[in-house]
Amino acid sequence: MAASSTTSGAASPPAGGVRVVLDDVAIRRALVRIAHEVVERTETLPELYLVAIPNGGVPLARIIAAQVRAISGLEVPVGILDTTLYRDDLTARGVRPPLRRTEMPSAVDDRAVVLVDDVVSTGRTIRAAMDALMDFGRPRSVQVIGLVDRGHRELPIKIDFVGKNVPTQREERVVLRGLSGDLEGPLEVVILESDGGAA
Amino acid sequence: MTGRDLLGIEGLDRTDLERILETAERMQEVGRRDVKKVPTLRGRTLINLFFEASTRTRTSFEIAGKRLSADVVNFTPSSSSLTKAESILDTAMTLDAMDPDAVIVRHKVAGVPKRIADALAAPVINAGDGAHEHPTQALLDCFTVKQEKGRFDGLTVTIIGDITHSRVARSNLYAFTKLGAEVRLAAPPTMLPTGIESLGAKAYTSLREALEGADVVMVLRIQQERLDGCFFPSIREYASTFGIDRAKLRYAKDDVIVMHPGPINRGVEIAHDLADRRPSVILDQVRNGVAVRMAVLYQFAGRSAKREG
Repeated sequence: MAASSTTSGAASPPAGGVRVVLDDVAIRRALVRIAHEVVERTETLPELYLVAIPNGGVPLARIIAAQVRAISGLEVPVGILDTTLYRDDLTARGVRPPLRRTEMPSAVDDRAVVLVDDVVSTGRTIRAAMDALMDFGRPRSVQVIGLVDRGHRELPIKIDFVGKNVPTQREERVVLRGLSGDLEGPLEVVILESDGGAA
Repeated sequence: MTGRDLLGIEGLDRTDLERILETAERMQEVGRRDVKKVPTLRGRTLINLFFEASTRTRTSFEIAGKRLSADVVNFTPSSSSLTKAESILDTAMTLDAMDPDAVIVRHKVAGVPKRIADALAAPVINAGDGAHEHPTQALLDCFTVKQEKGRFDGLTVTIIGDITHSRVARSNLYAFTKLGAEVRLAAPPTMLPTGIESLGAKAYTSLREALEGADVVMVLRIQQERLDGCFFPSIREYASTFGIDRAKLRYAKDDVIVMHPGPINRGVEIAHDLADRRPSVILDQVRNGVAVRMAVLYQFAGRSAKREG
């Protein structure tokens, strides 16, 4: 990545336009808090069903499920729901985005579904996820966990459980890194300033 | 995926093939849902332009398109203006003027999909042209092998039958070789084109040698509609020398699978009792065809209305 010319003096990034907004400790602390909030605000906890949006949502949902189990003793199912086939921006040109895994181990009918995503912005992914979810059944309710809410909403979508609000520029990219598939591995959320280039 | 059209496996590289197979795996999950439909190609139109008879390929493309929410139109030559001597190209251009997002073409003459693709704005997907290529059949065959064996490297795939007239053999030869498997071709000498080994396969006129240690046995249909000359003394003789039965399979590996692109001539190229049960996976191939064609449509349908450049 070429050093960005637009990086101003404030909070100057150490490595060519990468700024850490949540480190591993902060992420895990936020997830513990969210798990408590989910337990507190879900009336019928046995109906809880965490549905992760890949790739970033998957490790987050697993960590939250483990926390909920630690708090309440309940085993919470974790599903994975790819939203790519429900996107509204499949462009005419170029190669189509790769599809990711969908694995829904339990039926969603009458469940209190909580979607889990790493970074929420325009709300279009959440919209796609809700449409996908409805094809699997009729949940009793749907709520959303977003580790980071970076704003720039384009649809009337609300995040019920937020890890951290991070004001951003539209052209910046915010990504969760450290997805090794290993829950113990360190995670971090970073801002890649201006044109982050090929990630 | 560099090209706009899918005319053959020859023009794809290993990465393209792996990408389509991986996409097909995801599409297979859609086919297992209660609601087997996703909105991906909503509002898009696909035209099945089949100038040659087909049951499974046309139906498979139609189901695949509908599972992606596309509108699928089937063109039937017998009730069309082709009976008024409209040329194939004029027919294709007429349909193109209705702005389809993909045209799926089958024709008994090799090269027709390419000619049509050159004339149309819409992407063209080859569903079989003469003895040239049948790319989606090869893709679904590769997909089936991947599901059964989990890999391609180090596998031996033996293709048996009328290699000369077989577009399935040609596409599979390209596909399996690109993916890292060894391909053997076995046939009576009259059905084995000279120089075929230059494409990376080994040619055999002894079935037993070709079967030795094979992981996959792919049996081709004896296409009586394409055999205008004399290629073997009699169907019965072909059945006894090159027809596959359980006894001959003993030369292959213990966990061999038997494939056939269909439609099958029972008792000719494949024994009656072999076609319906393990190690035969013929119906799995048909089942997988839908997921693979969904993957192909996902990659190609509606990809740029105009030719680029």
